[in-house]
Amino acid sequence: MLSFLQAPRQAVSSYFEGGITQGQIANLLKAIGLPVLGFLCFLLLWQFAANNIVTSLGNFPGPSEVTTQFKSLVAEHNEERANVAKKYERQKTRNEAKLAKNPDAKIKWRSYKSRATFFDQILTSLWTVLCGFVVASFIAIPLGIIIGLSSNIYSAINPIIQTLKPVSPLAWLPLVTMVVSAVYVSDNPSVSKSFLVSMITVSLCSLWPTLINTAVGVAGVSKDLVNVSQVLRLNWFTHVQKIVIPSSIPMIFTGLRLSIGIAWMVLIAAEMLAQNPGLGKFVWDEFQNGSSNSLGRIMVAILVIGFIGFLLDRVILLIQRVVSWDKSSVIR
Amino acid sequence: MSFLEISQASIEFPTPKGPFKALDNVNLHIKQGEFVSLIGHSGCGKSTVLNIVAGLYQATEGGVILEGKEVNEPGPERAVVFQNHSLLPWLSAYQNVELAVKQVFKKTKTKQERKEWIEHNLELVHMEHAMDKRPDEISGGMKQRVGIARALAMQPKVLLMDEPFGALDALTRAHLQDSVMEIQEKLGNTIIMITHDVDEAVLLSDRIVMMTNGPAATIGEILTIDLERPRDRLALADDKKYNEYRTEVLRFLYEKQRKVEPIRNIQKKSKQDKTDQVA
Repeated sequence: MLSFLQAPRQAVSSYFEGGITQGQIANLLKAIGLPVLGFLCFLLLWQFAANNIVTSLGNFPGPSEVTTQFKSLVAEHNEERANVAKKYERQKTRNEAKLAKNPDAKIKWRSYKSRATFFDQILTSLWTVLCGFVVASFIAIPLGIIIGLSSNIYSAINPIIQTLKPVSPLAWLPLVTMVVSAVYVSDNPSVSKSFLVSMITVSLCSLWPTLINTAVGVAGVSKDLVNVSQVLRLNWFTHVQKIVIPSSIPMIFTGLRLSIGIAWMVLIAAEMLAQNPGLGKFVWDEFQNGSSNSLGRIMVAILVIGFIGFLLDRVILLIQRVVSWDKSSVIR
Repeated sequence: MSFLEISQASIEFPTPKGPFKALDNVNLHIKQGEFVSLIGHSGCGKSTVLNIVAGLYQATEGGVILEGKEVNEPGPERAVVFQNHSLLPWLSAYQNVELAVKQVFKKTKTKQERKEWIEHNLELVHMEHAMDKRPDEISGGMKQRVGIARALAMQPKVLLMDEPFGALDALTRAHLQDSVMEIQEKLGNTIIMITHDVDEAVLLSDRIVMMTNGPAATIGEILTIDLERPRDRLALADDKKYNEYRTEVLRFLYEKQRKVEPIRNIQKKSKQDKTDQVA
């Protein structure tokens, strides 16, 4: 998963294995030195800018403030978990004591829920985006294949796609919320409504890039390969499976990478607006909270959101590396 | 009735300026086991003839009859060797042939028989050493060999070759020509080959079909090559008959069906066009 670390690692290993040459030092500097230099410049600029921006909640958070807030968020998380563990411990000793007195005593095992900490919010967001993205892909890839295979269907559907594609998630959200409330009625719901609302909004907004790229990739399958398929009289299913999908894999993944980026952005917005649990809600709550820590915590959330977005992109890239038949192509 | 019959085949392609007649009234009868070459200048529609036989194009008039049955769609009994090999780049040489074999012999051969048949065909084209290599790992000549193996593995009634050696260097081409002659001698395939190489046509063919220039191209002349098989390119180089055939094809291509107009004509024409525009 950490393939983005590969370049520096390779440089380091070649540095230790063989003798040191001038070229290797240059490579090492380039692979590690430049990103570190860039990062230091960024921190400097950030600190400088932060010192010069004063808000009603105090200074704009600089790197040091953010580090402090991150530590306090970790501490809160650990404390919350310890609390819950303590409750269970107490329940256990209480019940054991009851049983010792009277073996036939009726005892209750309650389950205690911990308050959602920052890290719980991260997991909620990740799970929601994953579900939304998977749903979007399961719709977009097959539909894209069908559209790409027939220029008639493409002409018929393309205007609709192009109209729906630029719609902001914030516009979808009220509709999705109302529809979910009306349709998803259950006394004992297996998933919460807020989860469904966020997930559906994410799907609606993120399926377009995959859909369009898949369709373009499928339409671009080499005419020669289509001729081969015709001469062999491959049936529709085999044709799609053996010829269409392998040759459009690169385009499909380009779409998927665009989609996961959009899905992640949309999710944060949806959680914020609809007050659905997750990182977006965390940011909004801190904003409403308005304590002197809030800005620092929001900044932590922003950095985490960015870093997770980066990781999600790398994960898709990694899957592409595994799935793609063309191992020689440079994928970045 | 002959084995393969192209009768009064014409084809028109729709263009924005109205229909374009590419082929007009092509008639050709081919015997079983015969090796026929189509030769002509580029753009004369020889590939179109082949695509009609393959079933990839539909003739607007006339048609093709193979063993008494009309051809109206592509099928493995008319296997095609494409000019640019057209192997699936994500499959190994073995898997490329396997795709065809699985499709054609799904019901008639067991798994073991299919495996042997795939290997047998790759051996025929001398590719048994690189069966597990992907197309991008082998040379252009080797790719074309796999392409031929794939076509042969379909056990076609007619083997259609669309400039099969056009993209290869001269030495590789000579090797592959020898391979094709060897295979045809062994298996007695009926082959239609498109080429623009006069030596190749004379060396390989029983008959050379010379096409006139398009639009509305048709068959100009048919030359029967009466040279004994097996043919040896070195021995034939000094052969009187061989060189006569060669000259005859060249004469057709460069005298009777001169493609390049004399420069004076072109100038006259463009002048005329200009005056037309002014008028």
